[in-house]
Amino acid sequence: MTQFQTEQSSAHHTGMEPVIVARDVEKWYDNGFHVLKGVSMTVYKGEVLVVMGPSGSGKSTFIRTFNALEPYQKGSIEVDGTVISHDLKDIEAIRREVGMVFQQFNLFPHLTVLQNVTLAPIWVRRWPKAKAQEVAMQLLERVGILEQAHKFPGQLSGGQQQRVAIARSLAMQPKVMLFDEPTSALDPEMVREVLDVMRSLADSGMTMVCVTHEVGFAREVADRVVLMDGGYLVEENTPQDFFSNPREDRTQKFLSQIL
Amino acid sequence: MTSVTPDSFSSAPPDVVALGPVPWAKKNLFSDWFNSLLTLVIAGIFSWGMIRLVSWALTTAQWEVIPNNFGLFMTGTFPINLYPRIWALLAIVCGLAGLSWGVLGRNLSTLFSRNVLIGFGVACAFMVLFPPTRPSSLILLPIVALVAGTAAAGRQIGRKFPGVGKWISLAWFLSYFVALWLIGGGLGLTKVSTNDWGGLLLTLFTAVSGIALCFPLGLLLALGRRSALPIVRGLSTLYIEIVRGVPLVAVLFMGQVMIPLFLPLGSRPDRILRAIIALALFSAAYLAENVRAGLQAVPRGQQEAAMSLGLNTPTTLGLIILPQALKIAIPAIVGQFISLFQDTTLLSIVGLAELLGIGKSILANPSYLGRYAEVYLFLAVIYWFFCYAMSLGSRKIEEKLNTDN
Repeated sequence: MTQFQTEQSSAHHTGMEPVIVARDVEKWYDNGFHVLKGVSMTVYKGEVLVVMGPSGSGKSTFIRTFNALEPYQKGSIEVDGTVISHDLKDIEAIRREVGMVFQQFNLFPHLTVLQNVTLAPIWVRRWPKAKAQEVAMQLLERVGILEQAHKFPGQLSGGQQQRVAIARSLAMQPKVMLFDEPTSALDPEMVREVLDVMRSLADSGMTMVCVTHEVGFAREVADRVVLMDGGYLVEENTPQDFFSNPREDRTQKFLSQIL
Repeated sequence: MTSVTPDSFSSAPPDVVALGPVPWAKKNLFSDWFNSLLTLVIAGIFSWGMIRLVSWALTTAQWEVIPNNFGLFMTGTFPINLYPRIWALLAIVCGLAGLSWGVLGRNLSTLFSRNVLIGFGVACAFMVLFPPTRPSSLILLPIVALVAGTAAAGRQIGRKFPGVGKWISLAWFLSYFVALWLIGGGLGLTKVSTNDWGGLLLTLFTAVSGIALCFPLGLLLALGRRSALPIVRGLSTLYIEIVRGVPLVAVLFMGQVMIPLFLPLGSRPDRILRAIIALALFSAAYLAENVRAGLQAVPRGQQEAAMSLGLNTPTTLGLIILPQALKIAIPAIVGQFISLFQDTTLLSIVGLAELLGIGKSILANPSYLGRYAEVYLFLAVIYWFFCYAMSLGSRKIEEKLNTDN
């Protein structure tokens, strides 16, 4: 049923190029817990897709399968034309094209902000150091951290660290960015600076998949909103309909809990 | 809310008043009758002990055992006519040490802080005033001058060429082989049989070799124990658990007896080499567990972040995980190095004349019968000096690597 919905709703995307195609993805944790029970979803180039859902619904696990941080057991995930398999070369190639921003920032604490941002371009893209630093400085300026380039992550606030993490991912010039609850670990007054950066990134045409609880962000920025619950993709809708006129009772119930 | 006085909003920190010695003592030592009693009792015991020790050291003790055997303590039965080679080695090590100190401390406002100068002064005064070490004060002054001079030079060099650090590491690496050449001879120098290596020289040589060997070995074992490959993991775990279940003395004896069995007939490695291998194999197991603790303390998110950027496994390990893991493990790793240094004393049991062994053989000499306290106190000070230097060094490295706030 979920697959049917996906294909139906993708009708208005005809002519758009898919970046991530997930088909009937199923995953069990090592302890036997069935966390994804056949989830299908397509992410199109240039769109912002927001994934919502209660904790434990499998939404983080699902987007972490897109860059093979979590393996899956059934179904298929295709990123930019390459199927995620056990082939390490394929996985590394996919990870180069998929940026990820984590809830806990995960900056490298022993490296300066600038080194954090230039590390992957130098070691993975094999850019010369000067070019990597030039691009990094542009990105740091874009996220408003230019003055802190030579500080260590531990010397920055949470919001600043998350913006550095976004710049670090962007430095690889990815085709799609995954955000795994990017504002959940932040103090309330810092949420906005991170959402502003994400908003401007969306405006620039970046393809984004965001797991978030920020209803305002989803309403204003998302092209589509999906709800996951209990390992299923429950509803996929436009932000207007998702928040004002949801199709499913489960969505109604979820919204009544968070709004 | 409104009852808060404006004063508590003042942005300046409260004044910290430096207490004079009398108020300080009153506050910290004599705050009530019980504290006063404790202070008096402890001060009494402490000063009684110190007075006894000092009066013994200055009157009863017969220190001539130390200067008379100074060469033996330092180098064992190393031929006296070849001592210039030892001086050269000492000069190289002190010069490099001064240079490294200068380069590492190039950004400090003063290279010789008050504490360092006081430490130097106390050490020099001790060497000159203390009878057993007085003869060696002739060596001490040039060494101090050399260290200070190279430190000042290193500071200038480090400021001019900030990338000089890796050349100094290389110089330290090469100095090991120069040391081996200067001690053992060959390549134009008179050969000195390893039977004549001894004393502090042998202690330091085995300790440095053991440390240099056990570190990479321990690192590999730690990585092996966390490997995804079951055979590698199993073998590493087996090795670590077996070695940790055997006392060092047993490992040393096995090293002397069993290492030759694994090698082709006739190629019998030197006794000292066998001892170093045994020491390194033993310490590597403990070191591996220290490194593993460090590896486990690095949050999983670090690896995920590195992988999600497309870094492959070796790069992730080398640039992200290991630097953080080793930094966390520094205190434990240096603790293991200190243990290894102290464990070299067991080499006397397998017949090597290292510092403690030399001390025992000197005590067996009828002319120095009963000089136990003098000899063992002297040895204790030497061991303490090197262990404390290592522990101080580890604290400095930790401070240097600290990137929080």
